[in-house]
Amino acid sequence: MTINETQDELIEEFSLFGDWMEKYEHIIQMAKELPLIDEIHKKDENLIKGCQAKVWLHADFKEDKTLFSADSDAIITKGLVSMVVRILSNHSPAEIVAADLYFVDKIGLKEHLSMTRSNGLLSMIKQMKMYAIALQSKENLN
Amino acid sequence: MRTETTTYQPTLDIEKVRKDFPILGRSINGRPLVYLDNAATSQKPWQVIKAIEHYYTGLNSNVHRGVHHLSQLATDAFEASRKTIAAFINAKNDYEVIYTRGTTEGINLVASSYGKQFVQSGDVIIISAMEHHSNIVPWQMLCEEKGALLKVIPINEKGELLIDSFKAMLGEKVKLVAVTYVSNSLGTINPVREIIELSHEQNIPVLLDAAQAIQHIAVDVQELDVDFLVFSGHKLYGPTGIGVLYGKEKWLNQMPPYQGGGEMIKTVSFEKTTFNELPFKFEAGTPNIEASICLGAAIDYVNEIGLNDIQQYEHELLQYATEKLAGIDGIQLIGTADNKASVVSFIIDKLHPYDVGLILDKLGIAVRTGHHCTQPLMDFFGIPGTIRASFAFYNTREEIDSLAEAVKKAISMLA
Repeated sequence: MTINETQDELIEEFSLFGDWMEKYEHIIQMAKELPLIDEIHKKDENLIKGCQAKVWLHADFKEDKTLFSADSDAIITKGLVSMVVRILSNHSPAEIVAADLYFVDKIGLKEHLSMTRSNGLLSMIKQMKMYAIALQSKENLN
Repeated sequence: MRTETTTYQPTLDIEKVRKDFPILGRSINGRPLVYLDNAATSQKPWQVIKAIEHYYTGLNSNVHRGVHHLSQLATDAFEASRKTIAAFINAKNDYEVIYTRGTTEGINLVASSYGKQFVQSGDVIIISAMEHHSNIVPWQMLCEEKGALLKVIPINEKGELLIDSFKAMLGEKVKLVAVTYVSNSLGTINPVREIIELSHEQNIPVLLDAAQAIQHIAVDVQELDVDFLVFSGHKLYGPTGIGVLYGKEKWLNQMPPYQGGGEMIKTVSFEKTTFNELPFKFEAGTPNIEASICLGAAIDYVNEIGLNDIQQYEHELLQYATEKLAGIDGIQLIGTADNKASVVSFIIDKLHPYDVGLILDKLGIAVRTGHHCTQPLMDFFGIPGTIRASFAFYNTREEIDSLAEAVKKAISMLA
């Protein structure tokens, strides 16, 4: 499935919900589906800066694909992370760098993209793209 | 002081007062706004909003510069506001009131100018464990530059300063004590009279961060005998970008200017510049004229309502909120000092404050979550942050009921 196909799939899932409460309950549910970061990678240097909640992010590179795992101490944040990981994981660095994550706006979670200091979704997406670039250049060197 | 136990007979007409604040009538996420983030910033009454409009439609001009009529009018209003502020805190002289951009700039000004003149290697600056970052970092920067030492008054589990430890810290190397009057995260009202008396016994000046006090407690700088006092306009129902540094004349006169530029000079040549007198020595550049004038309008408004009535009513709200929230399963209050301003900080068992804040926002309730720019304090309690509800005199018991209901809802969704 392409990045946009996964986004469209998520948008469809969310279209079933009538109000914000059902949406948030779904996000909380999705937190449980996040591929959890290995304990050995759950260290300060893998923390995303700019979140009120803690978010740890790790990336692996297998057969040209980037695989993300993560965790957060806040459940709604963890649900949001889970969605972004579901969309971007298992794609090539080039695809990840080029990705336009329109799903956030489409499912009515645009407030999570605001530039408030409490919010880390933007920093997280940026960090994931940086990981992809870094892993790609590392691979090219080998 | 609020020691009476008799029930407060409200003289405040809250319904009427609320009409003064147009923003309180709006809705958020389809629900009526419940604004409980007053410790971050307060809302503005029509009296201030109209003063802003009046300034730009009738007065706008640069101050202390022009001979023309408008400049005179703007200057008169600018200086009249300084008088209003001076009277509000009972400063002995108007020129002891320095306009700043806010509390943070006021503290930085003192750290820089007082520090330059009076602090040397091996000296000590005392702050407390419940300071806002704004009253930590400027002193850290000063201490680093000068090779001075920063000492911290510890607190107990209730969030109260340990005065005996403070006494033990005082000594001839101590050059300044800089403490908050009211804690922004916990609401604790510190025993500032005692702190000032103890410091003065050893000829040590005291700076009070009154950012969280000025809107709740009548402040009399002469009676307190405080050396420096700083606050922001925007927490006092005035505009953002304006604040006040009060300093005793004897200190301000001995301190070098903070920034150089227009207004703060008497004569300039390339060889030598002589500085202007107080307060202009510390007001380089064109000031925030509009906000300076409108802070005066905000103070007029507060005076009209009356700080005593405000204080009593807010205390009622604090007690009601404390009871309401403490009754909810899993809630732990952070900051349970005997003497508190209208701030309730809490955490909920197993829940992250950020998650709770998001759900409350969806229910139209504005609170602050996080460390409230007091990370060392959060470390003391061993928590990442709190959920903080802070009340102003336009809040109601019904709004506190809504908060309690919303908290229960958040618990049911997140737990």
